[in-house]
Amino acid sequence: MKKPNDVILQTVTTVISFIIILFSINLFFAGHYTPGGGFIGGLMTAAALVLLLLAYDVKTLNTILPFDYRMMTAAGLLIAVLTGAGALLFNQPFLTHAYDYFNLPLLGETSLHTAVLFDIGVYLVVIGVTMTIIQTIGESE
Amino acid sequence: MIDVSEYFVAGFILIGAFFAVVTAIGLIRLPDLYTRTHAASKSATLGVMCILIGTLIFFLTEDGVFNSRVVLGIFFVLITAPVGGHLIARAAYNTGVKLAPETVRDDLADKEKHEQAKSKSKSKK
Repeated sequence: MKKPNDVILQTVTTVISFIIILFSINLFFAGHYTPGGGFIGGLMTAAALVLLLLAYDVKTLNTILPFDYRMMTAAGLLIAVLTGAGALLFNQPFLTHAYDYFNLPLLGETSLHTAVLFDIGVYLVVIGVTMTIIQTIGESE
Repeated sequence: MIDVSEYFVAGFILIGAFFAVVTAIGLIRLPDLYTRTHAASKSATLGVMCILIGTLIFFLTEDGVFNSRVVLGIFFVLITAPVGGHLIARAAYNTGVKLAPETVRDDLADKEKHEQAKSKSKSKK
């Protein structure tokens, strides 16, 4: 069978997937003060990866981004549990969060919150689960 | 007292809504899939972009907020909607959807013959 000619789809995908990933990172960091957060950000990143899967194939995506998505899910869960357990070290109940203001070199005074770490966990789990589901469905023949 | 900017907002949103209606009418009235994707991908894109530009101007003048997500949305719709139309039309042609009876010529109809001739001449060389 001849290989289909997907130039338009692939060219647009290379541009669009960057925009989607940037927007997902924006959604992820905007989660504390505006709508967004780990779940939507993770789904959006997974959507960009699915778009790459549509334009190319599973093998190409694995060479571009050689992640093991099951390990990513595990790492996300581990991060979420560890941020919850970190509060126990300071004699606080499980999942107590803390924040403080720091003077970062480029960003100036920024409030850093441990809930972001928990959100990173959620983000990784959502990407991992979505991509695992789609890749296992896509690979089975 | 009405600002000049409000005329711009109203103009853009009304034009956008008009194009959306034109799209809907085109989807109902046009004879086959290809002319319908033509209507849907062109005028719907323009309509959505006009509405988004109106939204951008509205929040810029009313609240003083420059919403960069709307700019990104305009750019995104501008790029993706025509490609979506292209892919739908191509998928339809490759699965053998009939063209409208008024069609005058179909240059892709003898595509396979041409390709076979090409590969034959290549193999001769």
